[in-house]
Amino acid sequence: MPSWAPLTEEQLQQRRIVNVNAETVTDTAATDIPNHYGPAQDDSWNLDQFRRNLKVEFHHNKPYDAAFSLIGVDASIANAFRRILLSEIPTLAIEDVFFFDNTSIIQDEVLAHRLGLIPLTGGHEGLRWMHWYRKPPPKDDYAAQAAWEAEQEAGEASAGASVPNDYNTVVLHLNVECRWATEEEDGRDGRQLAKEGSTDPKEKYVNSSVYAHQLVFDPQGDHQPKLFAGENRIRPVNPNILIAKLRPGQKISVRLHCIKGIGSDHAKFSPVATASYRLLPDIKITKPITGADAKAFQKCFPRGVIGLEDDAESGEKKAVVVDPFKDTVSRECLRYDEFKDKVKLGRIRDHFIFSVESAGQFESDELFIDSIRLLKAKAERFKRHLSELEEGR
Amino acid sequence: MSREAYTPPSLNQNTAGAGSSQPNAFAIGGTGNTFEDTSKPVQYLCGDCDTKVTLKKGDPIRCKECGYRVLYKERTNRMIQFEAR
Repeated sequence: MPSWAPLTEEQLQQRRIVNVNAETVTDTAATDIPNHYGPAQDDSWNLDQFRRNLKVEFHHNKPYDAAFSLIGVDASIANAFRRILLSEIPTLAIEDVFFFDNTSIIQDEVLAHRLGLIPLTGGHEGLRWMHWYRKPPPKDDYAAQAAWEAEQEAGEASAGASVPNDYNTVVLHLNVECRWATEEEDGRDGRQLAKEGSTDPKEKYVNSSVYAHQLVFDPQGDHQPKLFAGENRIRPVNPNILIAKLRPGQKISVRLHCIKGIGSDHAKFSPVATASYRLLPDIKITKPITGADAKAFQKCFPRGVIGLEDDAESGEKKAVVVDPFKDTVSRECLRYDEFKDKVKLGRIRDHFIFSVESAGQFESDELFIDSIRLLKAKAERFKRHLSELEEGR
Repeated sequence: MSREAYTPPSLNQNTAGAGSSQPNAFAIGGTGNTFEDTSKPVQYLCGDCDTKVTLKKGDPIRCKECGYRVLYKERTNRMIQFEAR
């Protein structure tokens, strides 16, 4: 087909398809690049056209699990959103752990690591207000240490203070001591229960398990008591995370400093459990599949993808595509000779089905908006640098 | 030279120079150049009956309650900082 011919809707749709064959995947690269189809066609990027084609459709939108289709953008843009979601949206997490006492069997460093991974949440306004804390480089990294000192002297430490203060640090406490249950305090005598053969630590002892809800928020300064008041206090998302186990006489007493950070620094700062996308599958039945074949064809796909319809021509059941969204593109149907040349599998190149699972600090849909905002800020920064280059600065 | 008379080199001697007894900002472990105060009684925990045992220098290493000979040192009461990484 000569490229200068006017394109039908069908031909335009065909350009969006990634072909999934039995052994190969073809046409993976986008073709909406100027001059891809020759100079006669105007393929230049057009804002109006982009606006017409761009669609966002939500499938479900729960606070910790959102799924939506992002239609009409390039893979590079969709992937940028995914990567920003995973590693560049700032969140609050425990960074420094100060041990005053830890006589439990779990070692200090292991406990510190466990504490760091607990997802925290709090008032969104306060979390967004939080300033950056710039951590001094480790003492044994001399190169970084020298660079740090030079920077401090030059007064370039603009991106946040390097001393903890009420603007950049949230303080939590964890003070738990385990003891035997006593009659006067707990209404049961743990020692007596043990003699009678009880093996349940929850029955015999008090505080035998340390949970995340035992973390106590300690607001600092003037702003934190207001920003993180009442329901907005800094707290673990899941109150029943088991932190450690104790036995009578054992004690954990720690102070925790939480700072704002990003996922590329450490996974604990990542705001999502995972954020991913897949392309919408596309199934085309090119020749009718009827009768027993239709049943077998239906079995090649997950439930609900292929339906059976009465066919007037043959008087038998005919296979029809009901919901390609549910397909996993297993290519099972391409293994059988009876479906040869009767079906065409593919994916739609610019239809991204996003799945964003928030770890709990922010809502999933809010995180996606944040990722757009961040990409925009990055693009603006890049543009500014380019214009600076142009001006020769 | 007996073991008790030996004093391990400390940062104070190197940075502040000989003769200077003033506390130095670079000193990491306390101000004195003695390694540890040996006259102070130290608390231990009996490995068998878990009672606190106070021992001074020269005391037999033995629990005063049950006579068990394995004693455990208590955890330091100093603050220890860790990175949650």
